[in-house]
Amino acid sequence: MKKIELSRRQFLKGTGALIVSFNLFPPASDLFAQAARGGEPDPTQLDSWIAVSQDGTVTVFTSKVELGTGVETALAQIAAEELDVSWTKIMVDMGDTEKTIDQATTSGSRTIERAGPQIRQAAAAARKELLRLASEKLNAPAAKLTVKDGVVSVAGDPSKRISYAQLVGGKRFNVTIQAEGKAGDLKLAQDVKPKDPKEYTIVGKPVPRFDLPRKVTGEAVYIHDVRIPGMLHGRVVRPPVVNTEPTSIYEDSVRAIPGVIKIVHEGKFVGVVAKTEGAAMKAAEALKVEWSTPKTKIPATTEELYAYLRNTKSFTTLKGVEKGNPTTVLTKAKKQYEASFRWPFQLHGMIGPSCAVADVHGDTATIWSGCQGPFRTRASVAGLLKIPETNVRVIYHEASGSYGRMSNDDGAEDAALLSRAVRAPVRVQWSRQDEHGWEPKGPAQTQVLKAGVDDEGKIIAWEFTDYSLPWTVSSITTLLASEQIGLKSKTPGSGNGNQGGGEIYAFENSKVIAEEIPWLQPEPFPLRTSNLRAPGQLSRCFASETLLNEIAADLGVDPVEFRLRYLTGDQRGTEILKAVAEKSRWQKRSSPAANAPGTTVTGRGVAMTRRTGGYVAAVADVEVNKSTGKVTVRRVTLAHDCGLIVNPDGVKNQVEGNIVQGVSRALFEEVTFDGNGVTSLDWSSYPILRFPDVPDLDIVLVNRPEVAPLGAGELATVPVPAAIANAIFDATGIRLREVPFTPKQVLAGLQKA
Amino acid sequence: MAQISLKVNGKTQVVDVDPDTPLLYVLRNDLQLNGPKFGCGLAQCGACTVIMDGKAIRSCVAEVKTASNRPVTTLEGLGSTKKLHPLQKAFIDEQALQCGYCINGMIMSAKALLDVNPKPTDSQIKEALAGNLCRCGTHTRILRAVKRASGQKV
Repeated sequence: MKKIELSRRQFLKGTGALIVSFNLFPPASDLFAQAARGGEPDPTQLDSWIAVSQDGTVTVFTSKVELGTGVETALAQIAAEELDVSWTKIMVDMGDTEKTIDQATTSGSRTIERAGPQIRQAAAAARKELLRLASEKLNAPAAKLTVKDGVVSVAGDPSKRISYAQLVGGKRFNVTIQAEGKAGDLKLAQDVKPKDPKEYTIVGKPVPRFDLPRKVTGEAVYIHDVRIPGMLHGRVVRPPVVNTEPTSIYEDSVRAIPGVIKIVHEGKFVGVVAKTEGAAMKAAEALKVEWSTPKTKIPATTEELYAYLRNTKSFTTLKGVEKGNPTTVLTKAKKQYEASFRWPFQLHGMIGPSCAVADVHGDTATIWSGCQGPFRTRASVAGLLKIPETNVRVIYHEASGSYGRMSNDDGAEDAALLSRAVRAPVRVQWSRQDEHGWEPKGPAQTQVLKAGVDDEGKIIAWEFTDYSLPWTVSSITTLLASEQIGLKSKTPGSGNGNQGGGEIYAFENSKVIAEEIPWLQPEPFPLRTSNLRAPGQLSRCFASETLLNEIAADLGVDPVEFRLRYLTGDQRGTEILKAVAEKSRWQKRSSPAANAPGTTVTGRGVAMTRRTGGYVAAVADVEVNKSTGKVTVRRVTLAHDCGLIVNPDGVKNQVEGNIVQGVSRALFEEVTFDGNGVTSLDWSSYPILRFPDVPDLDIVLVNRPEVAPLGAGELATVPVPAAIANAIFDATGIRLREVPFTPKQVLAGLQKA
Repeated sequence: MAQISLKVNGKTQVVDVDPDTPLLYVLRNDLQLNGPKFGCGLAQCGACTVIMDGKAIRSCVAEVKTASNRPVTTLEGLGSTKKLHPLQKAFIDEQALQCGYCINGMIMSAKALLDVNPKPTDSQIKEALAGNLCRCGTHTRILRAVKRASGQKV
């Protein structure tokens, strides 16, 4: 990403600009878009989206951000395609609230799906205008013009030519375009016809990521690397347990540490500011604070937690499918199946902890952040400081991969409170223990499933209920520092989704619902929750795809064939399952497999799902050591359909990462807690997959030019735990109904069997 | 505070710091080297890896005084976008990053490995990188990149 720290407004006014040590001088093009006019960029102005510089480079402005998923490059490809400019000439300026239009938070794997068409239409509108200008200059009708790499020429007379740079380089378009709706739903220039995908030459190519060279050399400026002149270092002192407040703060305890500037205390919020990072860190550790007795009780054990989930009345029910009358039909079924499943709290687990820099002056603030939603951060900081949103500028910097965690930018609020208190720029970086302890976790879930089969072995009734904690931290709730200074959420949070409960299958009588169980709001507590990659769906898919396999095994039917019976009329679903079967050389089987006696047994399992318009199916090959209980995933084969593919290598990279993260979540990950808070506060108590456990990957990308492009940031992780669980059953004959599949759980299962 | 002489990326520099400060903080804040990253401060994730005396070490737990007058190499010491080190080039060729936050540690650990074992096997690479965490799941590409950098077929 091109980072330009110089505000266009400041530059044009010739006033003192914020100079940052790593600053790259902005190309002329950047000075001619959006905020140059003062105030918010206007979505109806083409200049708010695209600028052409004198050297012919094209800058695309977007509030979407590069989280490591490759969208910067993919969006550039989309713009390059419509403009007929080489992708090497595209720059993408991302995530600065003063320079970009709010296109919604970068989340839910929806950037390509939603922002893609916005960028495409803006680029198409720019091309149309460039052709109009060229038509005038070259004195030829627009219909006779062709464009090659930003140079317009007259068909049949190549001597008549003019470049985009000559037409508008360094100047504004001053063209109004259609803009309806807002954020993710914003529809741009709908009257302009984009290219037919059949003509694509840049979209669909494995263009190398723009951001990688800087990232392998240390030249990239991550949020953790931002340094502002006069910047101080802050650390927040979190309470040791749930919902307490400081009763005494002993400032003397840090007086001997050189460089400590201030102890900041506001409500339940306590922080330190120092001249150096080392001093801030030392002071945060040394500061003696007495905390009040916790007012809130949380479940002390997992048993209590799951009992709470089952026995507490939901505040809302998310309805997936309601078809026929499964409850009645179930009673008439020849055979009934019932099972319940558990999924623990899991971490987003950013390798780099939360970090932000804030510079608050009176009623204005500048925030440097690695957040997913610059406009969301702008709103939350404005709410915290009680200043107008437009007085807050958020400047995005690349950060550690966040998988949903940075939808909720706690660090920016911390930095803002500390900066306000010392009237200087303050950088805050969380400790590892605070990140593990206080990040808003993926919610715990449990499901109850019932299914009925008739005389012919056909599923005639399916009832799926997910009991999930909601996201207590979301766009409609307050963040940590806000809660600590007494701002309260007015809602119990947002639902954890309802996809993946078997709605993909054409059962005649089916009910798929998700009950959202209220969780400890609105007080600050460590077991807060939020959206974690493919929210809630790994858990639901694990439950539904496990029971489905169990029924197939009980009936002695091959699990691929069994699924295909219920995918009638769903061509993409059928084809994705067949694709993975073919790639994995699936052999018809009835699980469990006949394993030879011995310590190590092997098995394979299949699972599939649909998410936000995309289809995925996975086959896992596992090895189980019966004496240690250790499960090793040897290979995952996965077929993936996310519509038209913009960048095949980018999609593949995402798919691979999704699989590995899915294996990690299935085998290793569980947040532990007691009645006070989180007890897994580092990477040894919350292990994730390491190199020796990485499986071989075999991926089939199904390209569908006839289907609009969809995201690839979440889909592939969903079926992985279910496929592993089914492979473990195939290998051992035991059914695991709780994640993670630890050696302890496997051994317990083997002993029972 | 104490004056400590550091030999980082072939250049000798004197810093005036608390001698107990982790080397990582001095590299980042005093020498403005952004390659090594803070991940955990507990020597558990490897994001802060640098090479000292030929060995990959965790700079988040190494006190700066222990680095006095010993050669330290950071990611910046390998190459730049204008002149890439073979490992850096291999990581780009394999597109072996997602967010890239862990990549400093991957490249530096791989460098320490290849320096003593120029043609490692897959399992030797996995073993050498076992202490480096990647959350994006880029492992298979990282393995290929290290292999490619070693001149072996990927």
